[in-house]
Amino acid sequence: MSAVIQVDRLSKQYRLGQIAGRRLVDAVNRWLAKLRGQEDPLSKIGSVTASRPSSSSDASARNRGQAQTIWALKDVSFEVKQGEVLGIIGRNAAGKSTVLKILSRVTAPTEGEARIKGRISSLLEVGTGFHPELTGRENIYLNGAILGMTKSEIRGKFDQIVAFSEVEQFIDTPVKRYSSGMYVRLAFAIAAHLEPEILIVDEVLAVGDSAFQQKCLGKMKDVAGEGRTILFVSHNMEAVRRLCTRGVWLREGVMHMDDAIDDVVDAYLDSIPQQPTAVLGNSGLGLTVFDIRLRNQSGVHCSTFRPGDDLIVEMSYEANTSIAFPGFAIVVQSFKGSCFAANMMLDGHQPAVLYGKGQIACTFKSIPLLPQNYTVQLAIRARNGKDLIIGYNDVAYFAVSGNLAEYGYKGGFIALAAHSTPVVVPYQWRLPDGTVASVSLNLPLT
Amino acid sequence: MNKPLSGDQLLKRKLAAAFAPTNDSDWTLIIRPKTGWFDLHLQDLWRYRDLVMLFVRRDFVSQYKQTILGPLWFIIQPLLTTVTYTVIFGNIAQLSTDGLPKILFYLSGVTAWNYFADCLTKTSETFVANANIFGKVYFPRLAVPVSIVLSNLIRFAIQLGLFLGFYFYFLARGTAIRPTMALWLMPLLVLLMAALGLGSGIIVSSMTTRYRDLRYLVQFGVQLLMYSTPVIFPLSQLPDRYRWIMLSNPMTPVIETFRYAFLGTGTFSWGYLGVSAAASAVTLAVGILLFNHVEKTFMDTV
Repeated sequence: MSAVIQVDRLSKQYRLGQIAGRRLVDAVNRWLAKLRGQEDPLSKIGSVTASRPSSSSDASARNRGQAQTIWALKDVSFEVKQGEVLGIIGRNAAGKSTVLKILSRVTAPTEGEARIKGRISSLLEVGTGFHPELTGRENIYLNGAILGMTKSEIRGKFDQIVAFSEVEQFIDTPVKRYSSGMYVRLAFAIAAHLEPEILIVDEVLAVGDSAFQQKCLGKMKDVAGEGRTILFVSHNMEAVRRLCTRGVWLREGVMHMDDAIDDVVDAYLDSIPQQPTAVLGNSGLGLTVFDIRLRNQSGVHCSTFRPGDDLIVEMSYEANTSIAFPGFAIVVQSFKGSCFAANMMLDGHQPAVLYGKGQIACTFKSIPLLPQNYTVQLAIRARNGKDLIIGYNDVAYFAVSGNLAEYGYKGGFIALAAHSTPVVVPYQWRLPDGTVASVSLNLPLT
Repeated sequence: MNKPLSGDQLLKRKLAAAFAPTNDSDWTLIIRPKTGWFDLHLQDLWRYRDLVMLFVRRDFVSQYKQTILGPLWFIIQPLLTTVTYTVIFGNIAQLSTDGLPKILFYLSGVTAWNYFADCLTKTSETFVANANIFGKVYFPRLAVPVSIVLSNLIRFAIQLGLFLGFYFYFLARGTAIRPTMALWLMPLLVLLMAALGLGSGIIVSSMTTRYRDLRYLVQFGVQLLMYSTPVIFPLSQLPDRYRWIMLSNPMTPVIETFRYAFLGTGTFSWGYLGVSAAASAVTLAVGILLFNHVEKTFMDTV
């Protein structure tokens, strides 16, 4: 299999702050000053440096007070072979979108080269070029042409596009009257019917309702199945796992890892530090909860768990006054709502008193959660069970990550678990032919 | 493998990449930091010709959707302008119109000047007005200015129709006007105006990505520029020693030839026209080169 994309030491440097002298007069002044060998009249005295000085020349530039620069990408190299689906992951501002912008020719690299074989179509945003006064029909042609299709191609696919977008009734109304959902569906429908050899997608699946997102994922999977090459950037790890075969992890503009997708995603999720907790407090009663950590059954402080792991919520507090019988309540929530909770109001296990420094921990055994993102909320109530000492706050975030196939799940839509109801209670099907199929998350790992 | 690439592995990769046999011709596209000033990839523009036509359609249609008068607006502006000039310059100021009926004189000037001015002002905003869409998708950026010039051509055709309406009316009334052989030069004149408008527009556009104040310069500059052309009064009225002022504006020979072609009166000279054509060609060439140079990195400064 030959390489269709070769990225070779790609680097991109940006200048920070105001592009010096936005007025023509300023530029002329600077030039005159330079001619006369004088200092740049527009430099600032003692300007603050950029957070990532990358070379000594930047240091001297700093001293001279000139514009600071930042390397959004430095020496990034990787290769994509025909038919591969490459996922590019990383924290925000790691340089993922910059790579895509360079490959899409929206901006040029500062150094390095990218070599491409085949036609590229980029989806950096849905609805690029939509004009509000034009009808849906006219916008399909316009947007399709902007994305690189010829008029005859669009004409040929017109009916499929309209059908995919589910806006047949409104196809001849101006797009400014569409709801945002319709707008996005139409935009994505057009993009989904591109037939480039190489497709570049930047987090556009983060729009629309979950039913539509599933449709889009499915369509992209089809596209990948046809042997096209896809570059996919997303923060949705489950989507990345499902679609991609290989992964590249960018860290602060530099290549950190380039490997099979599962390995890269696992390594990446493990590296996400626990969200620093805002210190919660009730000044009236002198109580502060200053540290909340999540641990798994091995006691490791982490933010990614496997289905069936133990979830230990550890809270460190400091009480300056004696607080009698405080009731702690911890709620684990998914995007669909509350999943389960530990509530001292219900179980009656309030500690007699809180005073001084101490720790309270709650272990949820064998969490029956599907691979998704979750938050932990905390509230502390007074003895009477009603007054809130510390109101509900999102105090921690964690993700459950794992391949359900390893737990004995065999369904074809396993990776869409990220959109399913999160809690799994063991259940059993009794099928028409008399067989009984038991399902639970506690099957031993193979 | 959960480890990030080690220094050794990274080095090996770099070496492999550096020494791998690369045959440039294997690749459809090579993205590099700088391309030569003259690397124009105009065939890209041809491939995107459908897009250019769709832009033309979009500009034209969106202008008058939801208006009552629709395309009639394209006629009202030159009409009102001509009437104003006729009253103020023709009747009150009593400026000569070279013996031509006032309406025809001013309308011909306005029609021609409108095309050039529209091309210039609209293309001068290309980068800034389209920064949004340029930042998200690639298509040859020249498609936008070219589509502006083409959609203005439609407007010009409509206004020319208005002019011809008055023209035939005056012809029928037996006025002393007659078309000349210079009429065959009309397509060339249109081309000249387009080239000049497009060229200067994209030069301004390339510069406004960095220096926004140029936009304001263009807006009133175009208005003032009109007064150095024969729109208001004919070249023949200017004393010889001041003629060079008007002639240094490349639009002057174009407008004079336009009048000469249709109306038989005007200063027509192959020499002047030649210089004008050369100026247009140079402006367009410089514009395209500058545009090409800027389009790769303007997203970082716009």
